[in-house]
Amino acid sequence: MSLSREQIAMRVAQEFGDGHYINLGIGIPTLAANYVADDIEVMLQSENGLLGMGPYPTEEQVDADMINAGKETVTAAIGASIFDSAESFAMIRGGHVDLTVLGAFEVDCYGNIASWMIPNKLIKGMGGAMDLVAGAQNIIVTMTHADKHGHSKLLEQCTLPLTGVNCINKIITDLAVLEVKDGAFHLVERAPGVSVDEIRTKTAGKLVVAGNIPEMMF
Amino acid sequence: MAGFNKVVDSYEAAMAGLQDNMTVIAGGFGLCGIPEGLIAQIKKMNTQGLTVVSNNCGIDGFGLGLLLEEKQIKKMVSSYVGENALFEQQLLNGELEVELTPQGTLAEKMRAGGAGIPAFYTATGFGTPVGDGKESRKFNGRDYILEESITGDFAIIKAYKADRYGNCIYRHTAQNFNPMAATAGKITVVEVEEIVEPGELSPSEIHTPGIYVDRIIVGSFEKRIERKILSATSSNQ
Repeated sequence: MSLSREQIAMRVAQEFGDGHYINLGIGIPTLAANYVADDIEVMLQSENGLLGMGPYPTEEQVDADMINAGKETVTAAIGASIFDSAESFAMIRGGHVDLTVLGAFEVDCYGNIASWMIPNKLIKGMGGAMDLVAGAQNIIVTMTHADKHGHSKLLEQCTLPLTGVNCINKIITDLAVLEVKDGAFHLVERAPGVSVDEIRTKTAGKLVVAGNIPEMMF
Repeated sequence: MAGFNKVVDSYEAAMAGLQDNMTVIAGGFGLCGIPEGLIAQIKKMNTQGLTVVSNNCGIDGFGLGLLLEEKQIKKMVSSYVGENALFEQQLLNGELEVELTPQGTLAEKMRAGGAGIPAFYTATGFGTPVGDGKESRKFNGRDYILEESITGDFAIIKAYKADRYGNCIYRHTAQNFNPMAATAGKITVVEVEEIVEPGELSPSEIHTPGIYVDRIIVGSFEKRIERKILSATSSNQ
């Protein structure tokens, strides 16, 4: 069975390390904040200028001056700091953020990512994504393994305009966890009940399967 | 204007000198921390052919989106413009030009512009359409592109409090692009919620020192929220 959005988010949260500063993109990555393990402490960075993002506010706490990078109302956690956009991106571009998790349209086996533009169709802009993929120490992409027509999003070479080159370390999809290195996708884990053959069929780029591939643990 | 009293009492005075085809840098992220009254004044003046540098372009009918309605904007320099149907329509019609710029690069372009730095190297955008046609160079084995800084004829800023010297503080995430934008305008106009007596703000809490600020006006703000999301516990109540 392929994973639900929540299950992908749960698996993403397993990548969080104690004491990590983490930037979570909009969508599934943001959901992962709900599944941080009880025995670790992490701090979430929101690139509009907040380090130490807290939960959504109660009705009484709502404040128009307090939003996250998705323009949603938010609160500050204990230990948070607030700063301007240049400072925020100094953290990101200076390599101070330990982990970035973001969505993508395509990733290829050289670690290139396309996530911001579909020519003649979707021209909304890249926001902070290009800075994030150029800056973080460790970058994980979450997405469905194939699009709704069944076409693989894990390619030999990205076809859409790139967000960044040679920067993605790991991909967590609804079917598998894969590492990206040496010009190939390396299968690390598979979703419970999903076969290596299915993953192989839905991975267009070079896939390395070494030994017995364990199922994800939740 | 006597000494360091930068407070003006009308929006006409606040935006005096703005002319067709000028470049305006605007603070704000989405609808958070935007100079609502100064934008309304530009709409009222019906200034044409503007180049507007701002992370976003408001939404339909609010914020910088207001200036799209009268087709006052010729070119937008932004990182994300996805909240705005009119924007997309004018872009597809060829009525509007857009220079999509990564958010951190945009912030740094303003910061550098205000600091007298004409250009800087960044890894952001290398190997992507953003890097096309730009000079690139390797430092310590990594590729960087050269990005030029930005200055504006005007910078329009939203701050929380200011004194008559132009010393400003911002509130929460309404800070965003405002401090850098404030440094990058030939004429920097700040719309504030409150003007306080000199000395009321501690010198060490000032975000934008008054040297960057030319004019201050007190505004009243609607502060529209784009996405009001409540915690699960409170929405269940």
